[in-house]
Amino acid sequence: MEILVCIKQVPDTAEVKIDPVTNTLIRQGVPSIVNPFDKNALEAALQLKDKHGGKVTVISMGPPQAKEALKECLAMGADQAILVSDRAFGGSDTLATSYTLAATIRKIGTYDLIFCGKQAIDGDTAQVGPEIAEHLGIAQITYVAKIEVNGDIVSVEREYEEGYGVIEGKLPLLISVVKSINEPRYPTIKGTMKANRAEIPVWTMADLDVDEQKLGLKGSPTQVRRIFTPPQRTEGVIIQKDTAWESVAVLIQKLSDAKII
Amino acid sequence: MAIKVNQEECIACGACLSVCPFGAIVMQDEKAYITEACTACGACVDTCPVEAILREEEDKVVAMDKSQYKDVWVYLEVCEGKLRNVGLELLGEGRKLADGMGQSLASVLIGHNVEGLAQEAFAAGSDKVYLVDAAELAQYNTDSYTATLFDLISNYKPSVILMGATNDGRDFGARVACRVGTGLTADCTGLGIDEATGFVSWTRPAFGGNIMATIICPEHRPQMGTVRPSVFKKPVLDYSKKGELIRVASKIKQEDMRTKLIDMIHVCTVSCNLEEAEIIVSGGRGMCKPENFSLVEDLANVLGASVGASRAVVDAGWKPALHQVGQTGKTVGPKIYFACGISGAIQHLAGMSSSDLVIAINKDPDAPIFKMADYGIVGDVLEVLPILTEEFKKIKSA
Repeated sequence: MEILVCIKQVPDTAEVKIDPVTNTLIRQGVPSIVNPFDKNALEAALQLKDKHGGKVTVISMGPPQAKEALKECLAMGADQAILVSDRAFGGSDTLATSYTLAATIRKIGTYDLIFCGKQAIDGDTAQVGPEIAEHLGIAQITYVAKIEVNGDIVSVEREYEEGYGVIEGKLPLLISVVKSINEPRYPTIKGTMKANRAEIPVWTMADLDVDEQKLGLKGSPTQVRRIFTPPQRTEGVIIQKDTAWESVAVLIQKLSDAKII
Repeated sequence: MAIKVNQEECIACGACLSVCPFGAIVMQDEKAYITEACTACGACVDTCPVEAILREEEDKVVAMDKSQYKDVWVYLEVCEGKLRNVGLELLGEGRKLADGMGQSLASVLIGHNVEGLAQEAFAAGSDKVYLVDAAELAQYNTDSYTATLFDLISNYKPSVILMGATNDGRDFGARVACRVGTGLTADCTGLGIDEATGFVSWTRPAFGGNIMATIICPEHRPQMGTVRPSVFKKPVLDYSKKGELIRVASKIKQEDMRTKLIDMIHVCTVSCNLEEAEIIVSGGRGMCKPENFSLVEDLANVLGASVGASRAVVDAGWKPALHQVGQTGKTVGPKIYFACGISGAIQHLAGMSSSDLVIAINKDPDAPIFKMADYGIVGDVLEVLPILTEEFKKIKSA
């Protein structure tokens, strides 16, 4: 089975802080990580490979330093990694990003399954996966929490607001996964050593069959107009009485004074 | 549109470096350079003290005739024969946008035997309802719903489309936007009309809620966005209102659908539908053991609330993943959020920071959750919760 996994290198948003004086984002010292959901996507791919055999190729679009993220994926057990990087891709929104990744996938040629994380933690759009599937003209199943492959039939459990839906599809298919699908494996020492030695090919615009008008800022219908920090919450009321009874009584009183109840 | 630094003017003060949310500016040889991570948000433009950073307007080659596109559309998601709340919430917001733009508000209703729901759409302020009703559309399916909405867009050319940021809305919203070749702003929490241009301005959190971004879609139509459930209020329904029902024939055939829903496994109805919940009671590690989680559920029952859980609780197997609130779980925005025995790791806060009112109970007065809380009780959650539940019970029955 030929499996592709699309990953993104993201700032660890949990480590991002706001400078209280300038009210801007402090990015210095914020580590770059593989988007957590993409690790679940890779793990799902590796498990299918363990079971059915085949090859796992990881692709990422990003600046040259995204190679680090791809090396981590190699260390986890991916067979091959490709970075797609070009200044022409800069400022891409989801439509331009998915267009570029779809062109990359077309160049790779054969695939049975494409895995993505359900969304990236820096942008949270959950759009690039479905848009890649659309560009490629293949079917998709998003928010997948369980997957089984039998021949060319794929059976999954898809997360809904109220539960799970059992959905069947046929290869080729794009699947986006939620965190509960698995626990990503840790890189092995052998894997890490192999990853360190690996040369990761970098494909640029010239390597892809693309229309330049559809890349980067030019190919992005959406534009960021303004960035601002959300208003800080005003200081709350902290209640600490001698007994739980008293504390609850004070809370109820305050909620009722504020006409919340 | 791109951001350029006029190298001759740049004084290497570094002011732009610290305001760039994307880390896209580097200092080289005492001059600022914009790297490819730039999204042209313009945060640096206003900051530069010597006006060395400029926004370059670029002539775009756009084949689209925008004047053909009119009206604000709201996609109404149907779940088990009923409208999801988010659709009605969006009709309220859509009404404001349509009035502001001097255009009509229309609803899109796709499904089977759903004609009766059109009344609700009119009552919520819709001028028109586009109804595509067919047996093949009885269940949501990515392929059939994408094709149906795409067809409607191609024929009737709306200017704006609002959809709920539900799992299904996000599943086919992106596909439709891609097929049309337009922009889709995901997971918005604010909508407005940009005064200078008249475009819809879509505001959404990014970087785990650390920053907000306002996004526009200037040259492509329709302008599309998904909006988080329960951010906006449902409009008051007025059933005396009437509107125009436009029936559109479905072109979907069974073989067009490449995936098939075989079965639904309902884990819960109210309790894990956190996305649409008005009240959520969430429990964390402070509940100490799985048996104690019933205290959280008791309070939720009394309040008619959904039950949330921290990552620790889900990882320990006390609650299924559908209940997890936070960066790797669900993002919620209820009217009231109870955090019981949750310390408030930043990943958790990222998932619930848009709650209107936060009530926290924790024994550690220094727990970060108290920084987010409007009301906080410092105390043993196992002691406080049963009393709180009793009190709310009394209030309810009074």
